[in-house]
Amino acid sequence: MNTPQTSQTTPQIGPPLWLLAEITYRCPLHCVFCYNPTDFAKTAVDNELSTDDWLRVLREARAAGSVQCGFSGGEPLLRDDLEILVAEAHRLGFYTNLLTSGVGLTETRIARLKQAGLAHIQLSFQDSTKELNDFLSHTRTFELKQHVAHLIKSNGWPMVLNCVIHRLNIDYIDKIIEMAVELGAEYLELANNQYYSWALVNRDQLLPSREQLQRAERITNEYREKFGDRIRMFFVVPDYYETRPKKCMNGWGNVFLTVTPDGTALPCHTAKMLPGLRFPNVREMNVKDIWFDSEGFNRYRGDGWMKDPCRTCPEKENDLGGCRCQACMLTGDPANADPVCGKSAMRGEIEKAIAYAQIPDAERTTVKPLIFRDPKESRRLIEEGTAAERQPA
Amino acid sequence: MSDAAVGTTLDAKPRVSRQFRLQWEEVQQSWVLLYPEGMVRLNRSAGEIMKRSDGIATVQEIVADLERSFGAEGLTHDVLGFIDLAKKQRWIEV
Ligand code: SF4
Ligand code: SF4
Repeated sequence: MNTPQTSQTTPQIGPPLWLLAEITYRCPLHCVFCYNPTDFAKTAVDNELSTDDWLRVLREARAAGSVQCGFSGGEPLLRDDLEILVAEAHRLGFYTNLLTSGVGLTETRIARLKQAGLAHIQLSFQDSTKELNDFLSHTRTFELKQHVAHLIKSNGWPMVLNCVIHRLNIDYIDKIIEMAVELGAEYLELANNQYYSWALVNRDQLLPSREQLQRAERITNEYREKFGDRIRMFFVVPDYYETRPKKCMNGWGNVFLTVTPDGTALPCHTAKMLPGLRFPNVREMNVKDIWFDSEGFNRYRGDGWMKDPCRTCPEKENDLGGCRCQACMLTGDPANADPVCGKSAMRGEIEKAIAYAQIPDAERTTVKPLIFRDPKESRRLIEEGTAAERQPA
Repeated sequence: MSDAAVGTTLDAKPRVSRQFRLQWEEVQQSWVLLYPEGMVRLNRSAGEIMKRSDGIATVQEIVADLERSFGAEGLTHDVLGFIDLAKKQRWIEV
């Protein structure tokens, strides 16, 4: 047997290369797969970090070695100081990215963002029902996206389109690709949602069947051949259909630093749900100390925290045991192997969900309503006491 | 036949592609190429070549400057090799 000491890697902590600034949880949309925490309504608007707080966070993170900065939300355009933050990030030498639904991206704002030095925009198609229907039927949303896409291109940015894929829209993948081409997208991310937050609440309705997935991948490949270099497409399958987990966030506290609207610093945007872990707040602690010295960031670094089967697994360098949040949500212990892994004793949890996904909608006996992300539902989930640590039924 | 398939000549004037931003990172002590949601960390010689690729200097001038700066000789082959590779990666346009 291996002695754990010799097989452990001594984590050599690099800089927090990626800063993800979630500047607000407010959003005009109501996506059923929203990645914001289900208890987001706890963060009142007047508890959001101020402009000055964010400017300080940007400076501290840059000094600690951050180089990519993503502004996301919620909908980041709902903060009217976005341009000020982008300008400062640019001045500091960040490569700045804006992740937006495009709602609120007017000609005036886009011109100001350009002037502020924004390097990149990722435009998302979000709302899975109304917006998708609009989109597929060429109505209002399509016109909005077309307008925004035009603004993006005419300002010299590459046109990067992201569309979250799931059971309800995956069968229209051909239409989605054709629309993206029509919008002039150069990159198209067709990412299946992963099952966290709101998507976990709605998992039964969102997880596609194996057949749906295979068909969608085949069609995507056909379009790749047809369009060649004109549009680059990335297709991401839900990790449930893999037999090894993803190397979540490229390693805990390895590259990514997320700062939530109220200033909580996290190794990933869902980590706050982990029990028994305290995460520091940028109002109280310098980014450098948060990254290198806080308990929250050090807890799952490297592999010293692992249990079997991960601890003695020859593959542990590949995935570092997968995702701590997924392990926690589905097995009850964040130090367990991610149950996506075929070596996990709890893989059965994933198999159950997959088995259910193979049942056609028409043959399902219990029909659960989709839960749309909005503050009212969030407050309801908080009251039910299930918001943060909700286990799927 | 794309440009990238043709070997670079000594009078070519390479420059960093518009899709990338080249910058010195103090914390990493290296030159990096930044692009949407990503970063390539360059090794020392790659960084030294890239930072001289300004679209004005020819390959010959870049080689001469490198040989002068590092007191080395016979770098032509290595520099051409790197520029061909960088062209394939679309880091550099000629
Ligand atoms: S996923 Fe949808 S609802 Fe959630 S923040 Fe993004 S656009 Fe808003
Ligand atoms: S046992 Fe753990 S370390 Fe090994 S492959 Fe599975 S999740 Fe990764």
